[in-house]
Amino acid sequence: MPRTPKQIHLAAHFPGVNNTTVWSDPQSGSHIEFSSFAHLAQTAERAKFDFLFLAEGLRLREQGGEIYDLDVVGRPDTFTVLAALAAVTDRLGLAGTINSTFNEPYEVARQFASLDHLSGGRAAWNVVTSWDAFTGENFRRGGYLPQDQRYERARTFLAAAGQLFDSWDGTEVVADRAAGQFLRDPGAGTFAHHDAQFSIGGRFSVPRSPQGRPVIFQAGDSDEGREFAAASADAIFSRHSQLRDGQAFYTDVKRRLARYGRRPDQLLILPAATFVLAGTDAEAQELAREVRFQQVSGQTAIKFAEQLWNRDLSGLDPDGPLPDFDPEPGENTIARGRASVRMYRDPVAIARQWRDKAEAGKLSLRELIIEVTGRQSFVGSPATVAATINEFVQADASDGFILVPHITPGGLDEFAGTVVPLLQERGVFRTEYTGRTLREHLGLAPLAGRPAAARAAS
Amino acid sequence: MSRPSPLHLAVALDGAGWHPAAWREPLAQPADLLTPGYWAGLAAEAERGLLDFVTIEDSLGLQSSRRLEPDRRTDQVRGRLDAALIAARIAPLTSRIGLIPAVTATHTEPFHVSKAIATLDYVSGGRAGLRVQVSARPDEAALFGRRTMPRICVTGRDDPAVRRLAAGLFGEAADYVEVVRRLWDSWEDDAEIRDRATGRFIDRRKLHYIDFVGEHFSVKGPSITPRPPQGQPVVAALAHGTEACRLVARSADVGFVTPRDAGQARDIVAEVRREQAAAGRAGETVHLVADLVVFLADDAAAAVARRARLDDLAGYPYTADAAVFAGTPAQLADLLQDWQASGLAGFRLRPAAIPGDLVHITTGLVPELQRRGAFRHQYQASTLRGLLGLPRPVNRYAA
Repeated sequence: MPRTPKQIHLAAHFPGVNNTTVWSDPQSGSHIEFSSFAHLAQTAERAKFDFLFLAEGLRLREQGGEIYDLDVVGRPDTFTVLAALAAVTDRLGLAGTINSTFNEPYEVARQFASLDHLSGGRAAWNVVTSWDAFTGENFRRGGYLPQDQRYERARTFLAAAGQLFDSWDGTEVVADRAAGQFLRDPGAGTFAHHDAQFSIGGRFSVPRSPQGRPVIFQAGDSDEGREFAAASADAIFSRHSQLRDGQAFYTDVKRRLARYGRRPDQLLILPAATFVLAGTDAEAQELAREVRFQQVSGQTAIKFAEQLWNRDLSGLDPDGPLPDFDPEPGENTIARGRASVRMYRDPVAIARQWRDKAEAGKLSLRELIIEVTGRQSFVGSPATVAATINEFVQADASDGFILVPHITPGGLDEFAGTVVPLLQERGVFRTEYTGRTLREHLGLAPLAGRPAAARAAS
Repeated sequence: MSRPSPLHLAVALDGAGWHPAAWREPLAQPADLLTPGYWAGLAAEAERGLLDFVTIEDSLGLQSSRRLEPDRRTDQVRGRLDAALIAARIAPLTSRIGLIPAVTATHTEPFHVSKAIATLDYVSGGRAGLRVQVSARPDEAALFGRRTMPRICVTGRDDPAVRRLAAGLFGEAADYVEVVRRLWDSWEDDAEIRDRATGRFIDRRKLHYIDFVGEHFSVKGPSITPRPPQGQPVVAALAHGTEACRLVARSADVGFVTPRDAGQARDIVAEVRREQAAAGRAGETVHLVADLVVFLADDAAAAVARRARLDDLAGYPYTADAAVFAGTPAQLADLLQDWQASGLAGFRLRPAAIPGDLVHITTGLVPELQRRGAFRHQYQASTLRGLLGLPRPVNRYAA
């Protein structure tokens, strides 16, 4: 008997401060003005998406000692944008990336609990970690955190925040005018958390929010990151958008859940995915090629090569061959504030792979960089893209996708208008929201504690 | 007879109102204080009244009837939302009124707050402000666990330990505002160039490191958020006592002051002006705005009776750091015009009960002041700086 098809989860990623985002296109609008965020959010909500996702970076990137100027630079504050978007949307989940190194649990818990109230239960938190002294130069703590402690801090940060969210169970506020009793419990919100990273206690100032706590996302890909997600996240924002790669990741992470007494459906795998649509598959392939050349200019190709080779390569011809020497050994010093350079764990080996690939395909540096960084996840007609997305989800390469448009703010319009209806026709994507909270959209069970509806009725 | 100079008028929003028993009023909505609809309604009412701005009170710790420690009361409103996020939530629903959330400098990051208020300025189209406050509460320090506060006695203003603590906290707050302001200027207005010919999105010569080094924090910059629409959103602070007056004089655009009468108002204005001159800001506009708690009714006896009834419910007579007024909107208008002559730019009214006293302000006091030619009949600017008559500042880093 064929199993019931899985329901697909879809989210919209506001275009980021990297070369995926094509700012030079005449249709490209502001990355800062609220109207751009409202446009993307309202487009996603009309298409019944699960949520909108914002990334974050706390220091402008530098390369070769100068602020990197080839990509979009600058973004607004995550919490503030999400709270404002709550005013212009009604059902869409609102997910924000917030760093656990350069924040404190009490304040972050307060902000997410507030956002959850102000959005009627639509908040989500993508917990990321960081340790670099470069970013730390903007904060009270500085860059004090050793790399091997970053997940320990993230884990305990999340544990502390969890205690804060649970310090109110939702039954404390009675607001009985006649009796003069506002709180049922004189100690409501009491908490204490003590470990190697945090020693905090007192009373939390925000009563329990509609979801109890924000939906928790995790984005790290290392073994530690996967374990952290299996232990405590509701969803993973992954990078594995290809079929086999995605299946391997999916199997690996879901397998880890049992260790924590969790079922496979308690952690959703949602890779980031790019896409290019056109009337026919051939037109889409041609357009995708053009977009890749917009995304990777000759200058950008050189910058990418510098990030791997860890040295100045400004004299290189991007339309010529790759450098015939090995990358500079040691800590990457040329690019700062860029997470991707940390993924080059063995630069010499990667450079060899790149050279081999370039020789085999007779590729210039620019073409090689496009090949290794610029491939869109889904390219084709709406029918092809809808079929592919559905195939990936049904084959357990993911539970859905976080779509990253390359044009701000209209880059999702066509997808929403053409691909979503096809997924709805196949019966694998909602045609109406059936819940009000993001947990409900994601099919996650309500948390213990009384749900908001019961509270309101009492 | 010359026309009176126009007043600036604001309301201070806090829960169900400033009286501890306000939540028990028949019109109060004590079960809705954490809902977005509640705040959207209050902001809309204030905007209907053409007010300059609303402030949103906040504290990191749970509310308490004691100044420096928590209580275990169950008969007053407890629990609140982050004020900056409330402001962001109501920004897209309003179009003219200024939004000034309170932020505690003592335990937060100036980098985060600078971009949060810059972003509030973007989402509101140039209507953002920031009211900076400090925290001496040991229980609030324990929520963060990064530092401890000495236990002090609030009545001992002349105690050297208290003075040292106040000087330290307000000194840190002044550094904090300096960092926030430098970060707002760390992008020049025309830094985003989108130059297709050279492939550059920004002109990085127009982004600036702020290189602030201080006792409590050092911040490199630049901000991750471009310069906000107003250039510099409005910075406000409550000027209680010498240290706070100095903070207003050094760092703020708007100071909230708490005189008991017109004579005291004159003295406080003079003190801030002296500090302003000492700080080298004599030529800059710093609006001094007096705080007043207001109980309003259509006849004076009813207002006084309402205050007494609320005091009965609370179990003690309500007093405040600011003067408390109970009377009619016309009587309040008389008082405001009398005090204004002492050099005040306007008033921040703290409604004793919400929505009752807020609606009396917007539908009683405002029309009365309009009849007297002392208040606007329509909004004439679209930014908060514009409403306050403050120019858009030149960027300190622009060549």
